[in-house]
Amino acid sequence: MEILGLYNYWAYVAVLMIGFYAVIAKSNLIKKLIGLSIFQSAVFLLYITMGKVDGGTAPIIQAGVSDQIFSNPLPQVLILTAIVVGVSTLALGLAIVVRIKESYGTIEEDQIHLLDHKS
Amino acid sequence: MVTLFAVFLLTLLVLTAIAVVQTKNLFVAVMLMGIFSLLMATVFFILDAADVALTEAAVGAGISTMLFLATLALTGEHEKPSKKGPWISGLVVAITSLILIDATFEQPYLGDPMAPVQQHVAPWYLEMTPELMDFPNVVTAVLASFRGYDTLGEVFVVLTACIGVLFILSAGPGAPNPKSPRIPTAPSVGLRHHLIPRVVGKLLIPFIVLFGLYVQFHGEYSPGGGFQAGAIIAAGMILYALLEGEKQALKVLPQSVLIGMVVGGAMLYGMVGVVGMLMGGNFLDYSVLSSNPVSGQQIGILIIEIGVGLAVCGALLAIFHAFAARRSVG
Repeated sequence: MEILGLYNYWAYVAVLMIGFYAVIAKSNLIKKLIGLSIFQSAVFLLYITMGKVDGGTAPIIQAGVSDQIFSNPLPQVLILTAIVVGVSTLALGLAIVVRIKESYGTIEEDQIHLLDHKS
Repeated sequence: MVTLFAVFLLTLLVLTAIAVVQTKNLFVAVMLMGIFSLLMATVFFILDAADVALTEAAVGAGISTMLFLATLALTGEHEKPSKKGPWISGLVVAITSLILIDATFEQPYLGDPMAPVQQHVAPWYLEMTPELMDFPNVVTAVLASFRGYDTLGEVFVVLTACIGVLFILSAGPGAPNPKSPRIPTAPSVGLRHHLIPRVVGKLLIPFIVLFGLYVQFHGEYSPGGGFQAGAIIAAGMILYALLEGEKQALKVLPQSVLIGMVVGGAMLYGMVGVVGMLMGGNFLDYSVLSSNPVSGQQIGILIIEIGVGLAVCGALLAIFHAFAARRSVG
Protein backbone atom coordinates (compact mmCIF):
# COMPACT_ATOMS: atom_id res chain seq x y z
CA MET A 1 0.00 0.00 0.00
CA GLU A 2 3.08 2.25 0.07
CA ILE A 3 2.60 3.14 -3.57
CA LEU A 4 -0.99 4.26 -2.90
CA GLY A 5 0.21 6.79 -0.32
CA LEU A 6 0.63 9.37 -3.04
CA TYR A 7 -2.44 8.45 -5.09
CA ASN A 8 -4.46 11.34 -3.65
CA TYR A 9 -1.82 13.79 -4.81
CA TRP A 10 -1.80 12.32 -8.32
CA ALA A 11 -5.57 12.58 -8.50
CA TYR A 12 -5.19 16.17 -7.33
CA VAL A 13 -2.67 16.91 -10.11
CA ALA A 14 -4.91 15.26 -12.72
CA VAL A 15 -8.05 17.16 -11.68
CA LEU A 16 -6.11 20.43 -11.35
CA MET A 17 -4.66 20.07 -14.85
CA ILE A 18 -8.02 19.13 -16.40
CA GLY A 19 -9.48 22.33 -14.94
CA PHE A 20 -6.45 24.32 -16.09
CA TYR A 21 -6.79 22.94 -19.62
CA ALA A 22 -10.46 23.95 -19.75
CA VAL A 23 -9.57 27.47 -18.62
CA ILE A 24 -6.83 28.07 -21.20
CA ALA A 25 -7.95 25.97 -24.19
CA LYS A 26 -11.72 26.46 -24.31
CA SER A 27 -13.13 29.66 -25.74
CA ASN A 28 -16.64 29.34 -24.32
CA LEU A 29 -16.85 31.53 -21.21
CA ILE A 30 -19.14 29.18 -19.28
CA LYS A 31 -16.78 26.29 -20.04
CA LYS A 32 -13.95 28.41 -18.68
CA LEU A 33 -15.90 29.00 -15.44
CA ILE A 34 -16.64 25.26 -15.20
CA GLY A 35 -12.90 24.67 -15.61
CA LEU A 36 -12.19 27.18 -12.87
CA SER A 37 -14.62 25.32 -10.55
CA ILE A 38 -12.82 22.04 -11.27
CA PHE A 39 -9.45 23.73 -10.63
CA GLN A 40 -10.77 25.07 -7.33
CA SER A 41 -12.12 21.66 -6.28
CA ALA A 42 -8.66 20.18 -6.89
CA VAL A 43 -7.15 22.67 -4.44
CA PHE A 44 -9.80 21.68 -1.88
CA LEU A 45 -8.82 18.04 -2.39
CA LEU A 46 -5.14 18.86 -1.75
CA TYR A 47 -5.91 20.62 1.54
CA ILE A 48 -8.21 17.92 2.86
CA THR A 49 -5.70 15.23 1.82
CA MET A 50 -2.99 16.93 3.86
CA GLY A 51 -5.18 17.01 6.96
CA LYS A 52 -5.84 13.25 7.05
CA VAL A 53 -4.14 11.25 9.81
CA ASP A 54 -3.85 7.45 9.71
CA GLY A 55 -6.43 5.76 11.90
CA GLY A 56 -7.96 9.15 12.59
CA THR A 57 -11.57 10.19 12.64
CA ALA A 58 -13.51 13.42 12.09
CA PRO A 59 -12.39 15.99 14.70
CA ILE A 60 -15.45 15.71 16.90
CA ILE A 61 -14.43 14.72 20.42
CA GLN A 62 -16.50 11.98 22.00
CA ALA A 63 -17.01 12.21 25.74
CA GLY A 64 -15.54 9.31 27.68
CA VAL A 65 -13.27 8.10 24.87
CA SER A 66 -9.71 9.08 25.65
CA ASP A 67 -7.09 7.79 23.21
CA GLN A 68 -8.72 8.86 19.94
CA ILE A 69 -6.76 10.10 16.95
CA PHE A 70 -8.25 13.03 15.08
CA SER A 71 -7.58 14.37 11.63
CA ASN A 72 -6.36 17.94 11.39
CA PRO A 73 -9.29 20.37 11.80
CA LEU A 74 -7.50 23.42 10.39
CA PRO A 75 -7.48 22.59 6.64
CA GLN A 76 -11.11 21.54 6.99
CA VAL A 77 -12.08 24.95 8.38
CA LEU A 78 -10.21 26.78 5.62
CA ILE A 79 -11.85 24.70 2.88
CA LEU A 80 -15.33 24.81 4.41
CA THR A 81 -15.40 28.60 4.15
CA ALA A 82 -13.63 28.54 0.78
CA ILE A 83 -16.41 26.41 -0.75
CA VAL A 84 -19.09 28.95 0.15
CA VAL A 85 -16.94 31.88 -0.95
CA GLY A 86 -16.20 29.94 -4.16
CA VAL A 87 -19.87 29.66 -5.08
CA SER A 88 -20.44 33.39 -4.44
CA THR A 89 -17.55 34.38 -6.68
CA LEU A 90 -18.73 31.86 -9.29
CA ALA A 91 -22.11 33.64 -9.24
CA LEU A 92 -20.32 36.94 -9.86
CA GLY A 93 -18.50 35.42 -12.85
CA LEU A 94 -21.74 34.01 -14.26
CA ALA A 95 -23.45 37.39 -13.85
CA ILE A 96 -20.69 38.99 -15.93
CA VAL A 97 -21.10 36.25 -18.57
CA VAL A 98 -24.83 37.03 -18.76
CA ARG A 99 -24.08 40.70 -19.39
CA ILE A 100 -21.44 39.85 -22.01
CA LYS A 101 -23.98 37.69 -23.83
CA GLU A 102 -26.43 40.61 -23.84
CA SER A 103 -23.88 43.12 -25.11
CA TYR A 104 -22.07 40.98 -27.68
CA GLY A 105 -24.65 38.34 -28.52
CA THR A 106 -22.10 35.59 -27.95
CA ILE A 107 -20.08 34.01 -25.16
CA GLU A 108 -17.29 32.67 -27.36
CA GLU A 109 -14.04 34.42 -26.57
CA ASP A 110 -12.66 34.51 -30.15
CA GLN A 111 -15.88 36.08 -31.49
CA ILE A 112 -15.82 38.68 -28.73
CA HIS A 113 -12.26 39.58 -29.72
CA LEU A 114 -13.35 39.89 -33.37
CA LEU A 115 -16.23 42.19 -32.44
CA ASP A 116 -13.85 44.29 -30.32
CA HIS A 117 -11.44 44.67 -33.24
CA LYS A 118 -14.17 45.72 -35.65
CA SER A 119 -15.41 48.57 -33.48
CA MET B 1 -10.82 -1.73 1.94
CA VAL B 2 -11.33 1.99 2.53
CA THR B 3 -8.12 2.66 0.59
CA LEU B 4 -9.44 0.74 -2.41
CA PHE B 5 -12.74 2.58 -2.22
CA ALA B 6 -10.90 5.91 -2.08
CA VAL B 7 -8.79 4.96 -5.10
CA PHE B 8 -11.93 3.98 -6.98
CA LEU B 9 -13.66 7.25 -6.13
CA LEU B 10 -10.65 9.37 -7.05
CA THR B 11 -10.33 7.59 -10.40
CA LEU B 12 -14.02 8.19 -11.03
CA LEU B 13 -13.50 11.86 -10.07
CA VAL B 14 -10.76 12.28 -12.68
CA LEU B 15 -12.86 10.53 -15.36
CA THR B 16 -15.86 12.75 -14.58
CA ALA B 17 -13.68 15.85 -14.85
CA ILE B 18 -12.43 14.69 -18.27
CA ALA B 19 -16.03 14.07 -19.39
CA VAL B 20 -17.05 17.55 -18.23
CA VAL B 21 -14.33 19.20 -20.29
CA GLN B 22 -14.85 16.94 -23.33
CA THR B 23 -18.58 17.38 -23.85
CA LYS B 24 -19.78 20.07 -26.28
CA ASN B 25 -23.20 20.40 -24.66
CA LEU B 26 -23.00 22.74 -21.68
CA PHE B 27 -26.17 21.32 -20.13
CA VAL B 28 -24.51 17.89 -20.01
CA ALA B 29 -21.36 19.49 -18.59
CA VAL B 30 -23.33 21.14 -15.78
CA MET B 31 -25.11 17.91 -14.89
CA LEU B 32 -21.76 16.10 -14.81
CA MET B 33 -20.44 18.84 -12.54
CA GLY B 34 -23.20 17.89 -10.08
CA ILE B 35 -21.91 14.31 -10.12
CA PHE B 36 -18.34 15.59 -9.78
CA SER B 37 -19.30 17.56 -6.66
CA LEU B 38 -21.10 14.61 -5.13
CA LEU B 39 -18.05 12.37 -5.72
CA MET B 40 -15.85 15.07 -4.23
CA ALA B 41 -18.11 15.22 -1.15
CA THR B 42 -17.76 11.44 -0.71
CA VAL B 43 -13.97 11.71 -0.99
CA PHE B 44 -13.98 14.45 1.66
CA PHE B 45 -16.04 12.22 3.92
CA ILE B 46 -13.56 9.35 3.55
CA LEU B 47 -10.77 11.78 4.41
CA ASP B 48 -12.48 12.53 7.78
CA ALA B 49 -13.80 15.93 6.75
CA ALA B 50 -17.48 15.53 7.61
CA ASP B 51 -18.18 19.27 7.80
CA VAL B 52 -16.57 19.90 4.43
CA ALA B 53 -18.44 16.99 2.83
CA LEU B 54 -21.75 18.44 4.04
CA THR B 55 -20.88 21.86 2.61
CA GLU B 56 -19.68 20.47 -0.73
CA ALA B 57 -22.81 18.35 -1.12
CA ALA B 58 -25.15 21.28 -0.39
CA VAL B 59 -23.25 23.94 -2.30
CA GLY B 60 -21.50 22.08 -5.11
CA ALA B 61 -24.19 19.62 -6.07
CA GLY B 62 -27.12 21.89 -5.21
CA ILE B 63 -26.59 25.62 -5.46
CA SER B 64 -23.85 25.94 -8.08
CA THR B 65 -25.66 23.56 -10.46
CA MET B 66 -28.71 25.81 -10.12
CA LEU B 67 -26.65 28.92 -10.88
CA PHE B 68 -25.11 27.32 -13.98
CA LEU B 69 -28.56 26.26 -15.22
CA ALA B 70 -29.96 29.75 -14.63
CA THR B 71 -27.10 31.17 -16.71
CA LEU B 72 -27.54 28.58 -19.47
CA ALA B 73 -31.20 29.59 -19.75
CA LEU B 74 -29.99 33.08 -20.67
CA THR B 75 -26.99 32.24 -22.83
CA GLY B 76 -27.77 28.99 -24.66
CA GLU B 77 -26.31 25.58 -24.07
CA HIS B 78 -24.22 24.84 -27.17
CA GLU B 79 -20.52 25.35 -27.16
CA LYS B 80 -19.02 26.26 -30.51
CA PRO B 81 -15.89 24.32 -31.45
CA SER B 82 -12.84 26.26 -30.44
CA LYS B 83 -10.56 27.50 -33.21
CA LYS B 84 -7.61 28.01 -30.88
CA GLY B 85 -4.81 25.54 -31.39
CA PRO B 86 -5.13 23.08 -28.50
CA TRP B 87 -1.49 22.07 -29.00
CA ILE B 88 0.03 24.97 -27.09
CA SER B 89 -2.48 24.57 -24.24
CA GLY B 90 -1.83 20.85 -24.19
CA LEU B 91 1.91 21.39 -24.05
CA VAL B 92 1.63 23.90 -21.18
CA VAL B 93 -0.64 21.50 -19.28
CA ALA B 94 1.69 18.55 -19.90
CA ILE B 95 4.78 20.41 -18.67
CA THR B 96 2.96 21.74 -15.58
CA SER B 97 1.65 18.23 -14.82
CA LEU B 98 5.15 16.77 -14.98
CA ILE B 99 6.49 19.40 -12.58
CA LEU B 100 3.59 18.86 -10.17
CA ILE B 101 3.89 15.04 -10.31
CA ASP B 102 7.60 15.37 -9.63
CA ALA B 103 6.80 17.56 -6.63
CA THR B 104 4.37 14.99 -5.18
CA PHE B 105 7.26 12.56 -4.54
CA GLU B 106 8.53 14.91 -1.84
CA GLN B 107 5.12 15.05 -0.13
CA PRO B 108 4.56 13.06 3.05
CA TYR B 109 2.41 9.98 2.44
CA LEU B 110 -1.32 10.19 3.00
CA GLY B 111 -2.13 9.95 6.69
CA ASP B 112 1.44 10.40 7.95
CA PRO B 113 1.05 11.61 11.56
CA MET B 114 4.56 13.11 11.48
CA ALA B 115 3.85 15.37 8.48
CA PRO B 116 4.75 19.03 9.14
CA VAL B 117 1.13 20.12 8.75
CA GLN B 118 0.15 18.00 11.79
CA GLN B 119 2.81 19.48 14.06
CA HIS B 120 1.91 23.14 14.30
CA VAL B 121 -1.29 24.55 15.85
CA ALA B 122 -3.64 21.64 15.15
CA PRO B 123 -2.74 19.59 18.27
CA TRP B 124 -3.22 22.72 20.37
CA TYR B 125 -6.71 23.26 18.90
CA LEU B 126 -7.64 19.65 19.61
CA GLU B 127 -6.34 19.86 23.14
CA MET B 128 -7.78 23.24 24.12
CA THR B 129 -11.29 23.01 22.62
CA PRO B 130 -12.81 20.90 25.44
CA GLU B 131 -11.16 23.14 28.01
CA LEU B 132 -12.01 26.57 26.53
CA MET B 133 -15.38 25.86 24.89
CA ASP B 134 -16.61 22.60 26.31
CA PHE B 135 -18.23 21.27 23.16
CA PRO B 136 -17.08 18.43 20.92
CA ASN B 137 -16.88 19.76 17.34
CA VAL B 138 -13.36 21.16 16.98
CA VAL B 139 -14.05 22.35 13.42
CA THR B 140 -16.78 24.69 14.68
CA ALA B 141 -14.52 25.88 17.49
CA VAL B 142 -11.69 26.76 15.09
CA LEU B 143 -14.09 28.29 12.57
CA ALA B 144 -16.03 30.48 14.95
CA SER B 145 -13.63 31.32 17.72
CA PHE B 146 -9.93 30.49 17.21
CA ARG B 147 -10.00 31.76 13.63
CA GLY B 148 -13.01 34.06 13.94
CA TYR B 149 -11.28 36.84 11.98
CA ASP B 150 -10.96 34.61 8.92
CA THR B 151 -14.60 33.67 9.05
CA LEU B 152 -15.68 37.28 9.46
CA GLY B 153 -13.64 38.10 6.37
CA GLU B 154 -15.24 35.24 4.41
CA VAL B 155 -18.73 36.41 5.38
CA PHE B 156 -17.89 39.87 4.07
CA VAL B 157 -16.58 38.35 0.83
CA VAL B 158 -19.95 36.60 0.41
CA LEU B 159 -21.69 39.92 1.12
CA THR B 160 -19.51 41.74 -1.43
CA ALA B 161 -20.05 39.09 -4.11
CA CYS B 162 -23.81 39.28 -3.50
CA ILE B 163 -23.78 43.08 -3.87
CA GLY B 164 -21.74 42.70 -7.06
CA VAL B 165 -24.16 40.19 -8.61
CA LEU B 166 -27.17 42.34 -7.74
CA PHE B 167 -25.51 45.41 -9.27
CA ILE B 168 -24.47 43.66 -12.47
CA LEU B 169 -27.81 41.96 -13.01
CA SER B 170 -30.02 44.95 -12.18
CA ALA B 171 -28.98 47.01 -15.22
CA GLY B 172 -28.49 46.50 -18.95
CA PRO B 173 -30.84 45.37 -21.71
CA GLY B 174 -32.14 42.31 -19.89
CA ALA B 175 -32.81 44.09 -16.62
CA PRO B 176 -36.04 43.07 -14.93
CA ASN B 177 -38.60 45.77 -15.61
CA PRO B 178 -39.90 47.13 -12.29
CA LYS B 179 -43.18 48.32 -13.84
CA SER B 180 -44.17 45.00 -15.37
CA PRO B 181 -42.23 42.30 -13.57
CA ARG B 182 -41.79 39.22 -15.66
CA ILE B 183 -44.88 37.14 -15.09
CA PRO B 184 -44.32 33.85 -16.86
CA THR B 185 -47.19 32.66 -19.00
CA ALA B 186 -49.33 30.05 -17.37
CA PRO B 187 -47.68 26.79 -18.54
CA SER B 188 -44.25 27.82 -17.27
CA VAL B 189 -45.23 28.83 -13.73
CA GLY B 190 -42.77 26.61 -11.97
CA LEU B 191 -43.57 22.93 -12.15
CA ARG B 192 -47.15 23.40 -11.00
CA HIS B 193 -48.54 21.27 -13.78
CA HIS B 194 -46.26 18.36 -13.10
CA LEU B 195 -47.99 16.41 -10.39
CA ILE B 196 -45.22 14.11 -9.18
CA PRO B 197 -42.40 16.66 -8.69
CA ARG B 198 -44.89 18.98 -7.04
CA VAL B 199 -46.23 16.46 -4.52
CA VAL B 200 -42.84 14.93 -3.71
CA GLY B 201 -41.11 18.31 -3.61
CA LYS B 202 -43.70 19.83 -1.32
CA LEU B 203 -43.33 16.89 1.04
CA LEU B 204 -39.56 17.32 1.08
CA ILE B 205 -39.29 21.09 1.61
CA PRO B 206 -40.32 21.18 5.31
CA PHE B 207 -37.84 18.40 6.08
CA ILE B 208 -35.04 20.14 4.17
CA VAL B 209 -35.64 23.36 6.12
CA LEU B 210 -35.94 21.47 9.40
CA PHE B 211 -32.69 19.65 8.66
CA GLY B 212 -31.08 23.01 7.87
CA LEU B 213 -32.15 24.37 11.24
CA TYR B 214 -30.82 21.25 12.95
CA VAL B 215 -27.47 21.64 11.19
CA GLN B 216 -27.45 25.30 12.23
CA PHE B 217 -28.12 24.84 15.92
CA HIS B 218 -26.42 21.50 16.41
CA GLY B 219 -23.22 22.62 14.73
CA GLU B 220 -21.27 22.57 17.97
CA TYR B 221 -22.02 18.90 18.63
CA SER B 222 -22.11 17.34 15.17
CA PRO B 223 -20.93 18.32 11.70
CA GLY B 224 -22.62 21.54 10.76
CA GLY B 225 -22.81 25.24 11.35
CA GLY B 226 -23.90 28.43 9.69
CA PHE B 227 -22.30 27.88 6.28
CA GLN B 228 -23.87 24.47 5.74
CA ALA B 229 -27.23 25.44 7.21
CA GLY B 230 -27.44 28.57 5.07
CA ALA B 231 -26.75 26.55 1.92
CA ILE B 232 -29.23 23.79 2.85
CA ILE B 233 -32.08 26.19 3.66
CA ALA B 234 -31.35 28.17 0.50
CA ALA B 235 -31.52 24.92 -1.50
CA GLY B 236 -34.91 24.15 0.08
CA MET B 237 -36.24 27.59 -0.82
CA ILE B 238 -34.90 27.31 -4.38
CA LEU B 239 -36.77 24.00 -4.70
CA TYR B 240 -39.90 25.84 -3.58
CA ALA B 241 -39.29 28.53 -6.21
CA LEU B 242 -38.89 25.86 -8.90
CA LEU B 243 -42.11 24.10 -7.90
CA GLU B 244 -44.39 27.06 -7.29
CA GLY B 245 -42.87 29.70 -9.51
CA GLU B 246 -40.51 32.43 -8.61
CA LYS B 247 -43.25 34.97 -7.91
CA GLN B 248 -44.73 32.83 -5.17
CA ALA B 249 -41.28 32.29 -3.63
CA LEU B 250 -40.68 36.06 -3.61
CA LYS B 251 -43.99 36.47 -1.72
CA VAL B 252 -42.67 34.17 1.00
CA LEU B 253 -39.24 35.82 1.19
CA PRO B 254 -39.18 39.15 -0.70
CA GLN B 255 -35.89 40.41 -2.11
CA SER B 256 -35.76 43.19 0.50
CA VAL B 257 -35.92 40.61 3.31
CA LEU B 258 -33.12 38.61 1.65
CA ILE B 259 -30.88 41.67 1.41
CA GLY B 260 -31.72 42.44 5.02
CA MET B 261 -30.66 38.90 5.93
CA VAL B 262 -27.28 39.26 4.15
CA VAL B 263 -26.45 42.65 5.65
CA GLY B 264 -27.98 41.83 9.02
CA GLY B 265 -26.10 38.54 9.27
CA ALA B 266 -22.74 40.13 8.49
CA MET B 267 -23.47 43.01 10.89
CA LEU B 268 -24.58 40.61 13.64
CA TYR B 269 -21.21 38.87 13.37
CA GLY B 270 -19.30 42.14 13.51
CA MET B 271 -21.43 43.48 16.37
CA VAL B 272 -20.57 40.47 18.56
CA GLY B 273 -16.95 41.51 18.15
CA VAL B 274 -17.71 45.14 18.99
CA VAL B 275 -19.81 44.19 22.03
CA GLY B 276 -16.89 42.07 23.22
CA MET B 277 -14.64 45.14 22.91
CA LEU B 278 -17.10 47.30 24.85
CA MET B 279 -17.15 44.70 27.61
CA GLY B 280 -13.41 44.91 27.95
CA GLY B 281 -12.11 42.10 25.77
CA ASN B 282 -10.44 42.00 22.37
CA PHE B 283 -12.35 42.11 19.09
CA LEU B 284 -14.13 38.75 18.61
CA ASP B 285 -13.02 37.49 22.02
CA TYR B 286 -16.22 35.90 23.31
CA SER B 287 -14.94 35.01 26.79
CA VAL B 288 -16.06 38.35 28.23
CA LEU B 289 -19.68 37.98 27.05
CA SER B 290 -20.63 36.10 30.20
CA SER B 291 -19.28 35.91 33.73
CA ASN B 292 -18.07 32.38 32.94
CA PRO B 293 -15.55 32.42 30.04
CA VAL B 294 -16.66 29.00 28.77
CA SER B 295 -20.33 29.92 28.51
CA GLY B 296 -19.28 33.29 27.07
CA GLN B 297 -17.53 31.40 24.26
CA GLN B 298 -20.61 29.24 23.70
CA ILE B 299 -22.94 32.26 23.53
CA GLY B 300 -20.62 34.09 21.16
CA ILE B 301 -20.25 31.11 18.84
CA LEU B 302 -24.02 30.51 18.79
CA ILE B 303 -24.71 34.13 17.81
CA ILE B 304 -22.04 34.39 15.13
CA GLU B 305 -23.15 31.08 13.61
CA ILE B 306 -26.66 32.53 13.32
CA GLY B 307 -25.12 35.57 11.63
CA VAL B 308 -23.21 33.35 9.19
CA GLY B 309 -26.32 31.26 8.45
CA LEU B 310 -28.47 34.34 7.75
CA ALA B 311 -25.81 35.92 5.54
CA VAL B 312 -25.13 32.79 3.47
CA CYS B 313 -28.80 31.85 3.06
CA GLY B 314 -29.79 35.41 2.14
CA ALA B 315 -26.90 35.84 -0.27
CA LEU B 316 -27.50 32.58 -2.15
CA LEU B 317 -31.24 33.22 -2.47
CA ALA B 318 -30.77 36.86 -3.53
CA ILE B 319 -28.29 35.72 -6.20
CA PHE B 320 -30.71 33.01 -7.40
CA HIS B 321 -33.59 35.48 -7.71
CA ALA B 322 -31.37 38.00 -9.49
CA PHE B 323 -30.60 35.38 -12.16
CA ALA B 324 -34.19 34.14 -12.34
CA ALA B 325 -35.66 37.62 -12.80
CA ARG B 326 -33.39 38.39 -15.77
CA ARG B 327 -35.12 38.42 -19.15
CA SER B 328 -33.61 36.61 -22.07
CA VAL B 329 -32.39 39.03 -24.76
CA GLY B 330 -32.00 38.13 -28.43
